[in-house]
Amino acid sequence: MKIHSILILGAKSDIGMAIAHRFAKAGYSIQLAARNIIELESDSKDIALRYNVKVTVHEFDVLKTSTHKKFLDNLPEIPSVTVSSVGYMGEQKINENNLEELTKVIRTNFEGPANIFSEIANKFEIRGYGTLIGISSVAGERGRAKNYIYGSSKSAFTTFLSGLRNRLSKKNIHVLTVLPGFVDTKMTKNLDLPPRLTVKPFELAKIVFNAYKKKKNIVYIGKIWFLIMMLIRSIPESIFKLMKL
Amino acid sequence: MKLSGWAKYPIINTRLHKPKGIAEILNLIKFKGVIARGNGRSYGDSAIGSDHTIEMSNFNKIISFNEDTGQITVESGMLLSDIIETFLPKGWFPCVTPGSKFVTVGGMIASDVHGKNHHKVGSFGKFVDWIDIINANGEIVRCSQKENSELFNFTIGGMGLTGIIIKAAIRLKKINTSWIKQKIIAAENIDKVIEIFESTSNVEYSVAWIDCLQKEKNIGRSLIMLGEHADINDLPIKFQKKPFDYPKKYKIKIPFNFPYWFLNYKAVSLFNKFYFLRNKNKTNEQLVDFDSYFYPLDKIIGWNKIYGKKGFAQFQCVIPISNSKIALNELLLTISKSNCSSFLSVLKKFGRQNSFFSFPFEGYTLALDFPISKNTLNLMTQLDEITLKYKGRFYLTKDSRMSKETFLKSDIRNDDYIKYRKLTGSFDIFNSSQSNRLGL
Repeated sequence: MKIHSILILGAKSDIGMAIAHRFAKAGYSIQLAARNIIELESDSKDIALRYNVKVTVHEFDVLKTSTHKKFLDNLPEIPSVTVSSVGYMGEQKINENNLEELTKVIRTNFEGPANIFSEIANKFEIRGYGTLIGISSVAGERGRAKNYIYGSSKSAFTTFLSGLRNRLSKKNIHVLTVLPGFVDTKMTKNLDLPPRLTVKPFELAKIVFNAYKKKKNIVYIGKIWFLIMMLIRSIPESIFKLMKL
Repeated sequence: MKLSGWAKYPIINTRLHKPKGIAEILNLIKFKGVIARGNGRSYGDSAIGSDHTIEMSNFNKIISFNEDTGQITVESGMLLSDIIETFLPKGWFPCVTPGSKFVTVGGMIASDVHGKNHHKVGSFGKFVDWIDIINANGEIVRCSQKENSELFNFTIGGMGLTGIIIKAAIRLKKINTSWIKQKIIAAENIDKVIEIFESTSNVEYSVAWIDCLQKEKNIGRSLIMLGEHADINDLPIKFQKKPFDYPKKYKIKIPFNFPYWFLNYKAVSLFNKFYFLRNKNKTNEQLVDFDSYFYPLDKIIGWNKIYGKKGFAQFQCVIPISNSKIALNELLLTISKSNCSSFLSVLKKFGRQNSFFSFPFEGYTLALDFPISKNTLNLMTQLDEITLKYKGRFYLTKDSRMSKETFLKSDIRNDDYIKYRKLTGSFDIFNSSQSNRLGL
């Protein structure tokens, strides 16, 4: 039986690491990719010991798009599945006034992931199968004053994934868009999140794995967000612009 | 924020931190009134810092595993359930396990937990090879029986008061299957129970479930549950190919706090009768999976909620062997007279143990739990007195309400520990709500 593998882009993130654990539990070999691989050593050992799987670590910088091709060529194999859990939120107030930060948010959440996904998608297309899992955000569903720079970058990523799916669905390539609401991670640790609407990374990983198995196209993390976002999207712009959400 | 132990009593104000790395911990111990917390399964206030509580949940990695010796090195926030999930399929099992697997390695060391095999092998600390701990000076110190042995011996059973345990090397034991051969013996009173414990001391695991509501000649009516690890040949043929598989049982989740009257005298009395009758005839050997044998309560997620919002209190003492019979009779008689109902009452024999500050010594240990009320708190004070009278002592991991006077009288070793704490500076940094209450 072929041993499947998964490449985790942004493996240092809590979400990426949780997904690595979930797939390792199912017997996948794991390729962890992040900027600073020294920080991944203890995690890779831990995963290998826990689940008896092969784990490799790879230097990867989502912003250095010119290195992406070479990064892929250096992998031990083209993975069966690739997930991008790369993300950067910044702070809205700073993003509004600082071009550098604004660019960093947009490039980290959209340009970088879109570039590496394009490269991998082409390799998958040649090979004839593969799955791409993009961790986007419900923040991309409508622009709000509170976080529209982060939100719009995720929105672009969601649209990108949708187009990619449309292009590749006939070619045995599966694209899964993951839309988390609130997740309890390093990125959100300074935000005051409502506990009932907040999930833990391992819970998210479980939902993502099941959605992958069932070949779902879009999955909200928790289901309630589907409803919440539907309501938010349905508010007419003339009213929405006056609201504080 | 407000924080409590597993028994939800008392609720204490503290600042909770979940550090991601060592550097963050080093910053936190610049404060005073700091204590480490694992998964919050000690019952009372021993894992609540008087000012700052450091939850170690992010320190949960396996660092190494030696397939020849069974030694694993893990970070202190690693759950026992994760250890079992990882190493049971390879044929390894903890040498000592408490009654829940949702406890951390750091917590098991700080409590020096015991299991149903204490009479055979002693407590958890015996299987700890070394510990890395952050002391009061902010140094990471490796300690073991050979190296910094005083620190090592006070850390085992030291209730987290010597520092923040970062990682540890512990030994697992080789087993052949994940199944336990169980035998249940019914005993009509406490004297019989002790007789049975004494005559079955060669069996690996033993524990007695007591019906505390029995009166007169039936005082201490119990079911004694004996167990041994099963060998491959003990399994039905269909399991022999996969000896480490075990049935994944459904879990029950308690969704909210039950009303306080739920566990009343009548209900407990009914349950006890039913449970005794159901099990007393299971004298033949049965095969049970390790999960059901060691961790029956783990199947009920949030079982602490059945005691209601006010929570409950645990009482656990150990009585020297020479006084056991008379003391246990007196303890049980006092409970029976009080009309307070203890839902889970457990009796177990401890083997010999000499340690710096751990709970166990040779004798009998009785564990009880009561929903919090004025009556039950009074009753537990009475039980304290009886324990002191018979030279017993108390398990701090379960305690949430003992007075300083009782504690100081119960354990002459506390002088040495306090002296050591003052000498090393840990007295000024590491304090739990419990250590403040007990003057430890």
